[in-house]
Amino acid sequence: MDAIGFQNNPKPTLQVMLQTIEDLISRDDQREKDGFPRRIRLGRIVKPNKNNQKVVVVPTTTEPKFYHDDSVTSDEQETGGTGDGQEGEVIGEAPAESQQGEGEGQGAGQGGDGEGHDVVADAFDLGRILTQKFQLPNLKVKGKKRSFTKYKYDLTDRNRRTGQLLDKKATLRKIIQTNILLGNLDEDGLIDPEKMVLNPQDEIYRILSAEKDFETQAVVFFLRDYSGSMQGKPTESVTSQHLLIYSWLMYQYNENVETRFILHDQTAKEVKDFHTYHNSSVAGGTNVFPAFELVNKIIEEESLYIDNNIYVFYGTDGDDWDSDGKRALEETEKILVHANRMGITVARNTWTTGTTTVERYFEQSGLLKNKPDLIRIDAFSANDADEARLIEGIKKLVEQKA
Amino acid sequence: MKIIDQHTKKIMEDCKVRARDAGLCFDNESLEYIVTNQDLIELSPKGMIPTLYDYWVNDVETLKGKGQYKLYPHNPYETVINSRPAISYYNDNNPDWLNIMIFYHVIGHIDFFQNNILFEHTWSDDFVGKALADKRHIAQLRSQHGRWVDYIIEFSRSIDNLTGYFTELSIRNFPQNMEPTDKLRYYFDEFLPKETLANIGKIYSEIERYNILLESNDMVAESMFFSDIKSKHPEFESKFQKYKDIRKERSIDIMDFIRDNSPFLKRDENQWMKAVINIVRDTSLYFAPQIRTKTINEGWASYWHDELFRKDDRIKGHESEYSVINAKVTSISRVGYNPYAIGLRLVQYIESLADAGKISREYQLILNSERRDEFNKISGKGKEALFNLRSQFSDFMLINTYVDQDFVDLHKLFVVGERLNQQRGTVEYYVKSKKAEDYKRMLIDNMYHPPFITIDTEKSNDKKLFLKHHFEGKQLYKPYINDTLLGIEYLWFGNIAQGEVILETTDIIKRKGSEDSVSFEYKPIHYIISNKKVSKRYL
Repeated sequence: MDAIGFQNNPKPTLQVMLQTIEDLISRDDQREKDGFPRRIRLGRIVKPNKNNQKVVVVPTTTEPKFYHDDSVTSDEQETGGTGDGQEGEVIGEAPAESQQGEGEGQGAGQGGDGEGHDVVADAFDLGRILTQKFQLPNLKVKGKKRSFTKYKYDLTDRNRRTGQLLDKKATLRKIIQTNILLGNLDEDGLIDPEKMVLNPQDEIYRILSAEKDFETQAVVFFLRDYSGSMQGKPTESVTSQHLLIYSWLMYQYNENVETRFILHDQTAKEVKDFHTYHNSSVAGGTNVFPAFELVNKIIEEESLYIDNNIYVFYGTDGDDWDSDGKRALEETEKILVHANRMGITVARNTWTTGTTTVERYFEQSGLLKNKPDLIRIDAFSANDADEARLIEGIKKLVEQKA
Repeated sequence: MKIIDQHTKKIMEDCKVRARDAGLCFDNESLEYIVTNQDLIELSPKGMIPTLYDYWVNDVETLKGKGQYKLYPHNPYETVINSRPAISYYNDNNPDWLNIMIFYHVIGHIDFFQNNILFEHTWSDDFVGKALADKRHIAQLRSQHGRWVDYIIEFSRSIDNLTGYFTELSIRNFPQNMEPTDKLRYYFDEFLPKETLANIGKIYSEIERYNILLESNDMVAESMFFSDIKSKHPEFESKFQKYKDIRKERSIDIMDFIRDNSPFLKRDENQWMKAVINIVRDTSLYFAPQIRTKTINEGWASYWHDELFRKDDRIKGHESEYSVINAKVTSISRVGYNPYAIGLRLVQYIESLADAGKISREYQLILNSERRDEFNKISGKGKEALFNLRSQFSDFMLINTYVDQDFVDLHKLFVVGERLNQQRGTVEYYVKSKKAEDYKRMLIDNMYHPPFITIDTEKSNDKKLFLKHHFEGKQLYKPYINDTLLGIEYLWFGNIAQGEVILETTDIIKRKGSEDSVSFEYKPIHYIISNKKVSKRYL
């Protein structure tokens, strides 16, 4: 090793060569073109905390090799231990769904309401990556409503030495800085501009650049079933998928999209933030319509339809005590008057065979056929849904043409 | 990353003197660096080798490490690498007494690297220097061939756990004159029985004839022997040449077989790929002993930091702080496996056995348990046994030889099982077995043991590469089979396949019988990849 090199250069090439998540993802795109499978996955490391759950987005990858696999012949994990205890004695337990650590990033935490604003900050990060990696089709505004993403050109960016307009204030500041460093300014505060050295590097110009101009024009409703039957995998799938959608919206619309969260079992309630929405534990029985009813109530009362695009994402395991879904369908029709898109996710339970109640009554209502541009359903078995499947689901829910 | 200050260096040099007095044996030179936790996050995907070649998977690991660190900051005490001179890394702000303890631990590792026979192939050169040359070579190749260099690295790494590490070691120690030459081998093993259809008697008499010649004049025995044969079998020479051509160059493992025989790599424009394969293979061989000596190496280093530091006068006033840190490192977990702890306990156990004269044939012959307990012939050979252990043993040998019921009982060890409690929605940890044989099996099952896969050279040619997995009761991890084959196919045929790569392995199929009885069926299977499509065929 060239030790001398390290001494002189305390940050060796390591730092310089490190690729960013973006580099890695564009490498992954290239892999596909070269005919090799993609390798980068995005994982989330979660640190659960009562008051704020921290999430960090990290890339993960695997290096496939030939390895031995014990899982077929041995049923359970084994490790070592020490201390007192008879054979067969239980010496500890842990929650079955681990809440911390890295992973493919699924799973809603248990626990009650809490302040959770870190989720928003990191969701922005996740969305940035999702938008680039998965190229989710952008939600577009239909009809005569204005676009809420537009560009304007402005002299906002700054550049040294060249540009369209000299930024006098910034330049002066830079000149003074340089001269302080050179020792040309007296400490007693008497400034003699003649003594100052003018370095062309200190000239700061403004240059014309494209700026995104955002206006809040969308309201997105997140609805989910948190009834008893949602325990476990279905909840995990729905909350994970909604976190992905939420993250992507936060990114694409620069956190300016307004979001509302509704939970329902037999009755529906609005909760104040995504954290609570994501983490609330399961409750009682299942009636779908109150949630839809609440959406309509909010839209009417706040006249949201006048200025806003409205999107509704609903997640369920497909169970509804109201087996013909009469009222749910009525409310859905009302929603569709105003909504640009309603996306329903059915994360089927393991014991479900065939289609679920919700899927069935939506199918029979003809809504899916008649208004394919306004309403979509994506159904899958919650047990088999990995992150890739969830993202596939989002594509189905938000794509432009059926 | 900066070199350690002179004050600390002096402290460490003092440690070296005391360690040598205690019998440890290591090179005079060593290099110590102060690193930040961020540096360590960047170094760890590279196996702590600062000069290792750049590769995007390492960047992924680094980004992941940084993310993890953001949420779960941690602070490793030290790391050593097996280089010449040995390099070790330290956090800054360590008080002197802690540096002394850490450095004793480091010396333990250096001593292990430089004396344990499994590291023999790393003794003669400095891997950090070699890695730097390799890193530059790869950087230069990248400027010419772009991302294809990374594909070759990837595909080489996909088989780098199949290197013939033990074969390399045994070749190194194999006496050169023990092997017959290719010609003799061909004559006796192939030509006589297969071409001339000679019977056993005839073969024996030919061997006898050769041995007589060898005894009388070993320098020219072979040429004399074959000059005779030339007249008897004029076709022998040409047949031998043909045999040599057909028989692929002898290879140690899959990697060097592919490097030397792949029709794709043989093309002029692809010669550079062989260099990449070599770099990946050498790197893997360098790490091979480390991965197989984790427990014994940590046990040995922990033994010595304790042994040396407790006797060091510089510990004065820091005894309790030391014992806290020492306990954090070396206490046996209630649940979980800590190689420092088990390694240390085994080393101490072996020392006590040897001190009592129990590592002897005399003791082994005693079957009566009372007499075994009473047996104590103070031999004072504990340390000697330990140094022998450090020179000769790997993790497997250590555990397989010394984990017995006495050891398991002494430290109240047991196997912990993990099962789901459906009602409570929790995972339960329970005491599964306190038997030494189960505990040993659990340790061995958790050890590094890559599958044994070789090339069937008879069945391989320019249109076909035939891999054979020698089944050891465990099937291959299925989700990775296709992707690994994809890489091998590329290395053999390139992007346009003109043949197939076949992997012969065994699938285990679980069958549930009546009353919860479970049986396993072992089914030989071929995985065949052609043009990036994998198909399966049961045999």
